Amino acid sequence: MGNTIDRRQFLQSSAVRAGAVVTALGVDLRPAIAAARELKISRTTQTNSVCPYCAVGCSVIIHTLGDKARNVHPTVVHIEGDPDSPVNRGTLCSKGISLKEFVVNDRRLTRPLHRAPGSSEWKPVSWDDAFAKMARLIKDTRDRTFVEKDEQGREVNRLPSVAMIGGCTDTNEINYLLSKFRFGLGILSYENQSRL
Amino acid sequence: MTNGWTDVSNADVILVMGGNPAENHPVGFRFVMEARRKRKAKLVVVDPRFNRTAAVADSYTPMRAGTDIAFLGGLIHYAIENKLYHDEYVKLHTNAPFLVKEGFDFAEGYFSGWDGAAKKYDRASWQYETDAQGFAKVDPALEHPRSVFQLMKKHYARYTPDAVANICGCTAEEFRKAAAVICSTGRADRAGTILYALGWTQHSHAVQLIHTAAMLQLMLGNIGMPGGGINAQRGHANIQGSTDMGSWNNLPGYLKIPRANMATLDDYLKANTPKPLRPNSLNYWGNTPKFMVSLLKAYYGKHAAKENGFAYGNIPKPGETENYGWGQFFDKMHKGGIEGFISFGMNPVANGPNTPKMLDALSKLKWMIVVENFETETAAFWNAKKLGGKFYPTFVDPAQIQTEAFLLPAACFAEKDGAFVNSSRWLQWKRAALPPPGDAKPDQEIMSRLFLAVRDLYAKEGGKAPAPLLEMNWDYTNPRNPSLEEVAREVNGREIAGGRQLNGFGELKDDGSTLCGNWIYSGSWTEAGNMMARRGQDDPTGLGIYPNWSWSWPANRRILYNRAAANAQGQGWDPLRTPLRWDGERWRGDVPDYKADAKPADYGAFIMLPEGVAKLFAADLVEGPFPEHYEPVESPVPNPLHTNVSSNPMATVFHGPLDKLGDAKSYPYVAITYRLTEHFHYWTKHVASGSELQSNFFVELPEELASAKGIEGGDIVRVTSARGSVEGPALVTKRIRPLKVAGQTVYQIGIPIHWGFIGRVRGPLVNNLTPSAYDPNSGTPEYKGFLVNLEKA
Repeated sequence: MGNTIDRRQFLQSSAVRAGAVVTALGVDLRPAIAAARELKISRTTQTNSVCPYCAVGCSVIIHTLGDKARNVHPTVVHIEGDPDSPVNRGTLCSKGISLKEFVVNDRRLTRPLHRAPGSSEWKPVSWDDAFAKMARLIKDTRDRTFVEKDEQGREVNRLPSVAMIGGCTDTNEINYLLSKFRFGLGILSYENQSRL
Repeated sequence: MTNGWTDVSNADVILVMGGNPAENHPVGFRFVMEARRKRKAKLVVVDPRFNRTAAVADSYTPMRAGTDIAFLGGLIHYAIENKLYHDEYVKLHTNAPFLVKEGFDFAEGYFSGWDGAAKKYDRASWQYETDAQGFAKVDPALEHPRSVFQLMKKHYARYTPDAVANICGCTAEEFRKAAAVICSTGRADRAGTILYALGWTQHSHAVQLIHTAAMLQLMLGNIGMPGGGINAQRGHANIQGSTDMGSWNNLPGYLKIPRANMATLDDYLKANTPKPLRPNSLNYWGNTPKFMVSLLKAYYGKHAAKENGFAYGNIPKPGETENYGWGQFFDKMHKGGIEGFISFGMNPVANGPNTPKMLDALSKLKWMIVVENFETETAAFWNAKKLGGKFYPTFVDPAQIQTEAFLLPAACFAEKDGAFVNSSRWLQWKRAALPPPGDAKPDQEIMSRLFLAVRDLYAKEGGKAPAPLLEMNWDYTNPRNPSLEEVAREVNGREIAGGRQLNGFGELKDDGSTLCGNWIYSGSWTEAGNMMARRGQDDPTGLGIYPNWSWSWPANRRILYNRAAANAQGQGWDPLRTPLRWDGERWRGDVPDYKADAKPADYGAFIMLPEGVAKLFAADLVEGPFPEHYEPVESPVPNPLHTNVSSNPMATVFHGPLDKLGDAKSYPYVAITYRLTEHFHYWTKHVASGSELQSNFFVELPEELASAKGIEGGDIVRVTSARGSVEGPALVTKRIRPLKVAGQTVYQIGIPIHWGFIGRVRGPLVNNLTPSAYDPNSGTPEYKGFLVNLEKA
């Protein structure tokens, strides 16, 4: 490893230096130093993840505070580059290093919203009501406009009046489910960010 | 990417063109700097702007946006004229020796077969001359006048350094200097890579542009080589994975969507299973029936049986020539032909072209569902008149918009598990760190509950065509919120009897005994577990291959076409940089892109192609088998090569009331859009730090233009196109040099994206300006090289 030093070695060597302080001053400052030096990540849960921005694919470690006990909602206190990744070796760009602000962000949406036709505002709606309303709209559109056979009488089973986009910001598994969702309904007009 | 980020440090020459990795992929750019440090590699940048990558390059050449094919075609010409290409590689690994049918020609801007009335090509003359068995005839010496090599040589003979300079706006001397460095990799012991991004894909001739780059890399013997390849940097964390899972014209794994004329599964397989074009072609797509039947089994489970063509009839089918792409369906929406619209994490008002048209299109919907982390311009499109102010003077009040809209709060990346595929094709598994905030939910739960709610209505009430909906397999342990690990196992595939996870796509069957959600991902979750979560850091080849870190599609292969890095005897062109070599019994190194136990002479190196070799000449693309320089749809000059056929004759252009194109008289300046390192797309305007670092929209313009217009840095300028306008402070710069093109001076203007009418920081949407003009093969819009006017506001 040459002159490099990993985090564990750094902490060990800090502890050795703290020991030296005792002899020089004759007072045991160790508890105070330990308290001052305690890192904000020292009591966190670490989770391996991947940066959601560009496609370099930097691995990140998400530090959450909260011990996964029942009824405790953890919060992200720090996100850093994963030193094990051959891609980023612990580094992140200016966007990646501020990922915590993306996750913990007062602009995040936290409840379903509904805008009635002609309205000039969002109104909160419960998930159950939202699903019921959306399912009804989808079914009505599908029943009214689904094309089982084209003008030549060939079976085509398509729903030309609904379009759908998405996926580039989400995982493979969600993209796969999206493919089942759209083919189930018969949607052909489907695109993702790869066109743009 | 054919290669990958960690491989870039193996390069001797790095051509960055159509991208700006120092700014937009800074962590990936470290591998460029490592190649310079370790191998004394040369970094060559060709770009309209002297950008952050150019700032650390060995060579920078300016160019006019939209003229990349002329530049790359010039490089092909330069390599042939100066005999710098890798002759043995070209003869062994490309279709240069293949003979093309009599009748193929190119004249006055058109290839043979142009039908001026129908505005399309008959491609009959673009085919190979074949023998009685259907195999292509070849001339191994490359001397036959109808050999691909000779036709290519003739086609690019027009692309002299002077012609390149006249089109691109650099000097012929600047071109020659760059060409000498780039073409120095035509030797066996040197490798060059190309890194590109949206600067190449956002043109009305984008796919042909990348075809030209692939041709150049093949001529130089750089495909398959460590430190070589053609590498799309890709802009979103899982844009590669979402592409792999299909869009309108593809099923998962690049299986083509069935068309209306393919009534049965047999029809489909007959139309989509290629036949070999040479006796030694492995023709791996010959396995299409195994991939397709296994996908249908994953989709339709017990409803998919041999007797009903594995429920193939359930898949929706477009007409033979119909297009359901982005440009087409938003145009249809604008005409009132779409009732409902669902968006999972995309923002078309911001990222689609021609925002005024997009707003108008959405206002004609009956209903819209948006699933997001933050409120976006798309979700709140109905309020654009209030929020977007002066940029949408004709857009209507909310009271006149009858669209019923839902905005659903979704979990973000940190709150979900699953795999992202990076540009290197690595499937990297992530784990959920915490639950989503408030009442937000993961996308799989939102999607599943909506799907099941619609299904419940059909089960209760009946309705039109219930079978495709009810037969779609959603039989997860928790159907309302499927575990993504369970979904990932289905994507990998398994034996249906017994449930054994497959080791790879080699085990797929076409008899209905296996299921697989995406054949190219088969091997990602085997009986040994989740291969995508692997964290091994060993690098036995020393080439940055890292075979035990995550999992790479296909088959954990890290360098695509790696067989081509070896000669006819299976020995590496460069003994010091060999990803794969034949030891007399087997292939050693990376996972071979070849049959693992086949001798070097058994098959051609390009096993996915019916030719068995790579295609310099490709009849697959709609506007010609060789790339030709066409001007952008809006251009400051007529095409200097053929003024009567100026832009791509096959470009997709719309002609509605809001699809106006401008001419150089009213809109004399060339505009390009670009990105800044402090921001990610249209997301980080919601994030404090990015918003603080780059709070303001601006317009970058050359000093000479500013001085001619009496504009000083910081003055507010208005940029106008035939579609709309933006306003912001001028950033007067030396970074964009005025160019001499076809005898006249052309000024280019750079406009960063990132802002919009919702966010912590706000500014005009740059796509107010961009045209509804698209590449005809891929459907990407032309964001680089459209026309604008500029004035002091």
